[in-house]
Amino acid sequence: MLLVIEQLLNGLQLGITLFLMSAGLTLVFGIMQIINLAHGSFYMIGAYVGATVAARSGSFLLAVVAGVAAAAVVGAVVEVLVLRHLYKRQHLDQVLATFGLIMFFNELIRVIWGRQPLFMSIPAGLSKSIQIMPGLPYPTYRLAVIGIGLLVAVFLWLMFAKTRIGMQIRAGSSNREMVGALGVNINLLYTLVFGLGALLAGLAGVMAGPILAVEAGMGESILILTFVVIVIGGIGSIRGAVVGALLVGMVDTLGRAFLPAILRTMLSAATADSAAASLSSMAIYILMAAILVWKPRGLFPAHG
Amino acid sequence: MKKLVIGLCALGLMLPTLSVAADPVKIGMITTLSTKAGYLGEEIRDGFQLAIDQEGGKLGGAAVELLVEDDGAKPEKGKQIAERFAQKDGVKIMTGIVFSNVAMAVVPKIIKEDVLYLSANAGPSDLAGAGCDPNYFSVAYQNDNLDEVVGQYVTEAGHKNVYLLAPNYPAGKDHLAGFKRYYKGALAGEVYTKLDQADYAAEIATIRDAKPDAVFFFLPGGMGINFIKQYAQAGLKETIPLYGPAFSFDERLLAAVGDAALGVKNGSQWTHDLDYPANKEFVAAFKKAYNRTPTLYASQGYDTARLISSALKATGGKSDLAALRPALKKAEFASVRGNFAFGNNQHPIQDIYIREVVKTETGFTNKTVKKVFAKHVDAYAKECKMQ
Repeated sequence: MLLVIEQLLNGLQLGITLFLMSAGLTLVFGIMQIINLAHGSFYMIGAYVGATVAARSGSFLLAVVAGVAAAAVVGAVVEVLVLRHLYKRQHLDQVLATFGLIMFFNELIRVIWGRQPLFMSIPAGLSKSIQIMPGLPYPTYRLAVIGIGLLVAVFLWLMFAKTRIGMQIRAGSSNREMVGALGVNINLLYTLVFGLGALLAGLAGVMAGPILAVEAGMGESILILTFVVIVIGGIGSIRGAVVGALLVGMVDTLGRAFLPAILRTMLSAATADSAAASLSSMAIYILMAAILVWKPRGLFPAHG
Repeated sequence: MKKLVIGLCALGLMLPTLSVAADPVKIGMITTLSTKAGYLGEEIRDGFQLAIDQEGGKLGGAAVELLVEDDGAKPEKGKQIAERFAQKDGVKIMTGIVFSNVAMAVVPKIIKEDVLYLSANAGPSDLAGAGCDPNYFSVAYQNDNLDEVVGQYVTEAGHKNVYLLAPNYPAGKDHLAGFKRYYKGALAGEVYTKLDQADYAAEIATIRDAKPDAVFFFLPGGMGINFIKQYAQAGLKETIPLYGPAFSFDERLLAAVGDAALGVKNGSQWTHDLDYPANKEFVAAFKKAYNRTPTLYASQGYDTARLISSALKATGGKSDLAALRPALKKAEFASVRGNFAFGNNQHPIQDIYIREVVKTETGFTNKTVKKVFAKHVDAYAKECKMQ
């Protein structure tokens, strides 16, 4: 039972990291109708800048601020220099251009930081495990990640539902020309939205830094999961991103955790282990296929 | 008539090589210098180059020319480079491949075309057993040697219930098989993860629940960094000891893992602190030349060059294969590993150790704990038909 609770927390933590990634990506697609493959690069930039600042200053808080800011600034610059010219083009052009950006950023990272992974340590106060229940210690840092992710989700919901800028963003996604005619600076709005998406990715990256290896190309593996999330959730929908991220996080974690044991009750140990390894790495794609058969546009499609 | 023309042309091609016998011996190094694993190739290359520099641009008295090309860890690229080396540059001795899948794409073909291949790292089992060949020498190890030694050590240390973890691809299964060959206890679990998986929270929670005596893992590169960090963060390092082959514990990886790897024990055929004169000289010279502690891979590159040097010395600088092969097989050089000889399958018979990750004033490194195997022969040698 304790193991199940621990694995649910692990699934929640993965889901929340995926939500931070997919919220930005789906926002940008829903509002600007642009497919941005380079979203993982902002995650990587957040992690690299965060790791560097943490190493130099010794302050994790400063590292988070710097990593998030760097990702947001790079995101805004990319929007102005590259993506702005692609809004009217086909999705295929956007895919090609942003795929080029992935290579550009990976190479840039190697030029600046070299090919070796960076070391980023957990802030001292969060480095231990705490007993969340008798007999169940859980890494404090992962709990903090869950907490921050939940705060961000609430903040995003408030921003979209309750504030003026949120209203403008939602309106801009429905009818760009009309919102522009009403006197809203739509170019600035788009840059801000894109910067916000990059900021969330940077936050995910800098928080992943102490857990993972900070290395060039680290954005690609999470990008694939992120796309699965927004396809499941419905492209362009924040609510879909929340549900999709939690579903993917849970299915991936629980599959890895329990499939071997479940299959061992039916098959010989060696067969069960290799079948479980293959099945658990396919689990999220099976989930995606099943959901798309049932709801071809995802669980919560953005526009009706 | 046609035959005569071809014959004359062939003769014409041969003449220049006959007339300039003092040409340097060309050695082609196909290695991985880009991608995340690019530092492995750098280490091999720097170790090899150090030996050449120590002899003033020569090996065994013969002038040598080292051609280095980056395979990007891609088999097809390695193949192209090998073809270019053989056809355009006329290279007869090749070395340097880091990854077994690249080696399997390159080596079987070139050794049939009368090129000597001396492996400075990759040691796939296909080339150690029935696929052994007079033109192929492994100067590093057979891949699973470094797992076998941990299996033996863990058994001797009295661990009776060990949990195994590796990525779900052929090398992952090979490495765990190597461990199991010498481990005599029970298995608390055997888990294969996704290749390039980043987060191991689910696996670590399952390990905690299974309560094994020890954990053995093979996760090369970034996967290993992530696993070790998360294992320590979960607080398991203090309660369940962690073991692995040396591939996740070289000095350059340890810099990225940090404290999390402290105290972890791993299997290796070499450490910088081995007390042999040749090793002391190598480590000092390497530090002086490159300003860093050499890794396992650098020691393998260095030994490969020293082996070639000993063979060229024995043949008087002649690089024809018929003379070189027997000279190489004798392995008459002072290896930085101390004991070193070739078995019938031309893989090393050598001592293999358990090391422990420690922290010194210059950073994280390994120290030798125990010699577990003396003059160890790999498991595939008996399937090799060579004598």
